[in-house]
Amino acid sequence: MSAPSIFDRVLDFANRADPYPLYRQLREQPVRREADGTFVVSTYREVQALLHDPRFSNDRRKLASEYAGKIPPDEASGGSFIRTDPPEHDRLRRIVTRQFGPPHRPTRIADLEPDLERIVTALIDGFADRHQVDIVADLAYPFPVAVICDLLGVPAEDEPRFREWVDPIVDSISQLTPDRVAKRDSATRDLGAYLNGLAEQRRRNPGPDMLSGLVTDDGPEGRLDDQQLISGLMLLLVAGHETTVNLIANGTLTLLRHPQWLERLRQDPESSIRVVEELLRYEPSVQFLPDRTCVADIEIAGMTVPKGAPLTLMLAAANRDPAHVRDPDVFDPDRDDNEHLGFGSATHYCFGAPLARLEAQIALTQIAQRLADLRLVEDPPPYRPSPVLRGPIHLPVTYDKVKPVEITG
Amino acid sequence: MRVVVDLTRCQGYAQCAFLAPEVFHMVGDEALMFDPAPDDSLRKQVLRAAAACPVQALQVDMSISPRREAPPAGTASPKTEELKRNGRIVIVGASLAGLRAAEMLRSEGFTGTLTMVGDEPHDPYDRPPLSKQVQTGWVTSADTALPRRCDVDAEWRLGTAATGLDRQRNVVQLADGAELEFDRVLISTGVRARPWPVAHEAELDGVFTLRTREDAAGLREKLMAKPRRVLVIGAGFTGSEMASVCVELGVPVTVAQSGPVPLYGALGAVIGRISAEIMRERGVDLRNDTRVTSLEGDGGRLRRAHLSDGTVLDVDVAVVALGGIRNVEWLQGSGLAVGEWGLACDTGCRAFDANALVTDDVFVAGDVARQRQPMFNYQYVTLEHWSNSVTQAEVAAHNMISAESDRWPHLAVPAFWSLQFGNNIKSVGAPPIADQIAVTQGSVADRRFIAAYGYHGRVVGAVSFNLGRRLDYYAGLIEQAAPFPLGPELTNSADDPSAVPAEFPERTFPGYDATVVVTGQDPSERRATLVHATLARRNR
Ligand SMILES: Cc1cc2nc3c(=O)[nH]c(=O)nc-3n(C[C@H](O)[C@H](O)[C@H](O)COP(=O)(O)OP(=O)(O)OC[C@H]3O[C@@H](n4cnc5c(N)ncnc54)[C@H](O)[C@@H]3O)c2cc1C
Repeated sequence: MSAPSIFDRVLDFANRADPYPLYRQLREQPVRREADGTFVVSTYREVQALLHDPRFSNDRRKLASEYAGKIPPDEASGGSFIRTDPPEHDRLRRIVTRQFGPPHRPTRIADLEPDLERIVTALIDGFADRHQVDIVADLAYPFPVAVICDLLGVPAEDEPRFREWVDPIVDSISQLTPDRVAKRDSATRDLGAYLNGLAEQRRRNPGPDMLSGLVTDDGPEGRLDDQQLISGLMLLLVAGHETTVNLIANGTLTLLRHPQWLERLRQDPESSIRVVEELLRYEPSVQFLPDRTCVADIEIAGMTVPKGAPLTLMLAAANRDPAHVRDPDVFDPDRDDNEHLGFGSATHYCFGAPLARLEAQIALTQIAQRLADLRLVEDPPPYRPSPVLRGPIHLPVTYDKVKPVEITG
Repeated sequence: MRVVVDLTRCQGYAQCAFLAPEVFHMVGDEALMFDPAPDDSLRKQVLRAAAACPVQALQVDMSISPRREAPPAGTASPKTEELKRNGRIVIVGASLAGLRAAEMLRSEGFTGTLTMVGDEPHDPYDRPPLSKQVQTGWVTSADTALPRRCDVDAEWRLGTAATGLDRQRNVVQLADGAELEFDRVLISTGVRARPWPVAHEAELDGVFTLRTREDAAGLREKLMAKPRRVLVIGAGFTGSEMASVCVELGVPVTVAQSGPVPLYGALGAVIGRISAEIMRERGVDLRNDTRVTSLEGDGGRLRRAHLSDGTVLDVDVAVVALGGIRNVEWLQGSGLAVGEWGLACDTGCRAFDANALVTDDVFVAGDVARQRQPMFNYQYVTLEHWSNSVTQAEVAAHNMISAESDRWPHLAVPAFWSLQFGNNIKSVGAPPIADQIAVTQGSVADRRFIAAYGYHGRVVGAVSFNLGRRLDYYAGLIEQAAPFPLGPELTNSADDPSAVPAEFPERTFPGYDATVVVTGQDPSERRATLVHATLARRNR
């Protein structure tokens, strides 16, 4: 057996807490071919170019047959726009956007701000009788789950049920094993059946939520069919909170490692805007995009990526490419022109980005302002298994006391 | 608070519209409209929007923007150091290019004296909204001032025209008799609207050109007074945008133009026919190959228009959209290479003199610049595009205060946008030099497509209708002079990708209302003439 490649070491759980030195090594050769035929791309210019290249594809069916077999299809994302190319992607995404944002629902997300504040306030109020909490379990997870449930129209009390299904789906995003695939497929079936039931209910009894809109409101381009609806809902439900959990947890951890920014956030809540933007560059929730491909040979950085070959785009490595940003390993929310790939780019730019930004800004501000003398219990904290959706699985912190919310303008 | 969005960079991700919906509106899938003067109470939302922009296209006032990075420590020669510290720089033309150059000078560490000369009485303002959100009434023309991204600390000579440039004494002469000495001068006097050629008709109440704030305010007022019909003369970008505004306001509109299709000069007839179809679908009375022969008034007010097709239209408003005239007359006698196509300069924005020698203290930027483009065979190209003004201004400013070894070439791929009839039209490269065009992605019928332009088997331009996010790729192809036509294997390939003639007007003179004017040096083309010769001919 040959020695593990740099990318193999990225996948290795032992390196989960700090993959950045490996990313630096990866960038020394912008495009690499792995032993299994996968091309790994890690520099900003090349990742950005591929994402904007009309020959680049998210559709797993475009993988050459010798690779397709190794990546069993999954229903969770198969029919949703994340795994579809334009023009079909654009049509599906417009139909869903109609229930989510501009031009049809321009204020839906901005109007959520008071609700988001309220949910975070209530969760942190609940910390008052303790001196230690787990930021992940006690805030970073329940907060976005409550928000996405409300937005989609999924009853919050069902959370324990769908959590059982979501975890195996998330675990299967990379590093598939037969066991993981089996668990994923069964979870997907159960979650699908559950969502189907909900959709039936909303069809008869619509409310103000997105699900009701999706099953009752016909825009100019019609409705999603049943399969598109269920896979779309799964995507929104899973991606709608999993990534935000990591953003808030990675954010808290990063602020605790850079106390001057925690202090700045205490003084100036507006700095949360730039803190979150820099976090998306510095510790993005989605570290890389696996199993992409291309529909024609692409020449890039002196290599030819042949049609149908698997492509993995290392967003987190590109975000720290010194050819793109000055002092890439410095966490500096004050930096100018912070263009990053924290939410991807081009066609598949993160659907939920505006919501995730607001959630993280609000959560981190309250953490900084309300938890006095905040400290990490262990550094590094324990991590989740996934190298793609990377973040702490627990983030225990201690504090002296919980301060009341300050009413700001 | 002041805001401007670089809509050339904008890729329609809508992050600003999600986070500050009172300030940023999406029109259709990807076109953006913004309020350039949002209320201070929206500060937090605007900050959120600016931070979230994935391509960092939002520009806001310095008071709310982050610290600018300190200029990198220079290794300048004592001479450049002295110029940077104590030099005297005059900028003539205080609009987009002038302001951006001033900001760039200061952010690059220029601490000498800076004088801004502008014949308009206003602080620099943004023109694109004048034919868009100002006419639909979302913002007023007075609210279009450009944000200040840093303190330019200049002496402002507004409301004062420059009347001459004496290169022997390095002096700019002003209309009020004052003289300004300079070590470096930037010429950014842009373009003015080409007026209706018959003076007494042009003076009728109801006849407008559209270039300035005053033009825009007057036109908006007339549009609000329920005119019976608006006549738009010319179907370039400004004319087409005005037709779109009339449709949106429910005002009957006729577009008369001498070309065979709208946007003929800028995008060619293949795209022009699509544009004609869009206009007609939306109820515009479009008359191609039709000239307006006279405008008729009654008591000093416009009443009727006579057209070359023999019809007479009852109209209360006429918008004369016949392109621009470069503001170069004041440079007559300067010995610089100026003509009706602008002031010629090298790739570093240094002006040429009449003998084609490059000068070292006269720089040019913006709509008035006629620049050699390495990307297009070193032909001279004049661009009337917002982003071109900005990038040239930045390059000119940098080069003005840098040592010869540290100068930048201006190599930005030309790009512009236009918003009409709900369609976001964007282009990269220089379509007018093309001989062929091929739809490469999407569907023309859906009005979501990209077409690439080729010249002698190379990609030289591309245009998108509502697929702007995918244009970056084409800018790359243009830079590499990639082969044209493109390969067929794209994820969103076109219904019919065959290459056909691009059908541009013959390039012998700057086409009315073309936004790219190629004034090249192909042997088949006549050369630039000096300004005095041109003016003499015109005044004869
Ligand atoms: C209605 C309208 C819509 C537009 N829409 C778009 C669009 O959608 N997309 C796009 O890419 N571009 C658009 N443009 C073009 C864009 O606005 C111009 O490219 C840009 O304004 C050029 O800036 P500039 O500074 O070079 O020249 P200008 O803006 O023309 O400024 C030149 C300034 O110099 C002054 N001046 C002239 N002569 C003298 C003198 N002798 N002394 C002192 N001052 C003098 C002028 O009065 C003026 O203030 C539009 C323009 C207009 C008018």
